[in-house]
Amino acid sequence: MYSQGLIGSHFEIEETEEFLSAFQARIDREEKIEPNDPMPAAYRKTLIRQIGQHAHSEIVGMLPEGNWNTRAPTLRRKTALLAKIQDEGGHGLYLYAAAETLGVSREDMTAELLSGKAKYSSIFNYPTLSWADMGIIGWLVDGAAIMNQVPLCRCSFGPYSRAMIRVCKEESFHQRQGYELTRTLTQGSKEQKAMAQDSINRWWWPALMMFGPHDSDSAHGEQSMKWKIKRYSNDALRQKFIDATVPQAEFIGLTIPDPDLKWNPEKNNGEGGYDVGPIDWDEFWRVVKGGGPMNVDRIAMRTKAWNEGKWVRDAALAFAEKQRARADAAREAAE
Amino acid sequence: MSESFTPLWEVFIRSRNGLDHKHVGSLHAADATLAMQAARDVYTRREEGNSIWIVQSKDIVASDPDKEAENFDPAVDKVYRHPSFYEIPDEIGHM
Repeated sequence: MYSQGLIGSHFEIEETEEFLSAFQARIDREEKIEPNDPMPAAYRKTLIRQIGQHAHSEIVGMLPEGNWNTRAPTLRRKTALLAKIQDEGGHGLYLYAAAETLGVSREDMTAELLSGKAKYSSIFNYPTLSWADMGIIGWLVDGAAIMNQVPLCRCSFGPYSRAMIRVCKEESFHQRQGYELTRTLTQGSKEQKAMAQDSINRWWWPALMMFGPHDSDSAHGEQSMKWKIKRYSNDALRQKFIDATVPQAEFIGLTIPDPDLKWNPEKNNGEGGYDVGPIDWDEFWRVVKGGGPMNVDRIAMRTKAWNEGKWVRDAALAFAEKQRARADAAREAAE
Repeated sequence: MSESFTPLWEVFIRSRNGLDHKHVGSLHAADATLAMQAARDVYTRREEGNSIWIVQSKDIVASDPDKEAENFDPAVDKVYRHPSFYEIPDEIGHM
């Protein structure tokens, strides 16, 4: 989003006490930080990691849904699914571009995803076993993503904030189409209803894990809050998601797969909220570290796409180079 | 990686006739034709506009953020350039 020539002009900054407190004061005044502004190296690094992971999640997130493109039951559902997947590709692109303003190249980010160095949301390492998963993913997974993303529209880093505003505008349809799809199934045959219930049984807990570890175990949480990269803690957002989603499930007659789920009028400073059972963090870490059912498949698929696209990228660049050489020659001949 | 870098482009869109083209984001493409196609696919999926400009990012000349004060502070104390600086009697009404 900014001239690449300028990127990096502030890489070497002596991070004196004075510099750091002046930077924090800018953040506290709600001033946005733009790519060419001086910033602490750790702020830059945190954003590159977070925006990169976010971008990778959008791109890998196309795969579980792509699994059902050819088997969508109606044209209406197929067009919605295709449009949603296309959106995710666009979202990845906006986010990569935002990360690039911090001085990292798209090529490097791609290499880090394919080598396994960079992470993406662990939710995409679960398989999409039934058509109902297309509904539950839109409703729960995109719903959880929206909970996370809305506060990111106010992130202190300008390009990330602008990208998120665009993403959020488009994301709302994803959740609504998912809920509509799920609701349609719950109003269908006994088998269709069972398929929807089976799907929420599988996706509920992974969706709660999307908000990341508990605040007490979150490695980057506190500093990110101070720098206003994050606005709410993992646990606060998770609770918000649970409180919003449980009534939606009840309305369409689906059971949340948590025997400990209970309304607690004391929660949220007396406004009430749901208590939930313990989250299986061992599973979460296992999946993050590569042990999920689909980790290997997802990266294999991305690697295949990248490798098989290489001749296209090379040909496009070679063609551009040829056109440029021809134009130069024609200009010289005319002079 | 033996990957060559694909150039970066900035995209500007006019949402409808009568308005300015506005910066909406960026993308990578080998040449202007591909950049234009990608801009259309990425930035106008929901009727965001009826005209697209693209320009290679490296061709943009940006002001130096270190010279922000030097460039823009001189305008701060020149309130007399604004209409509200001048007093007009109420009887005259809108001017």
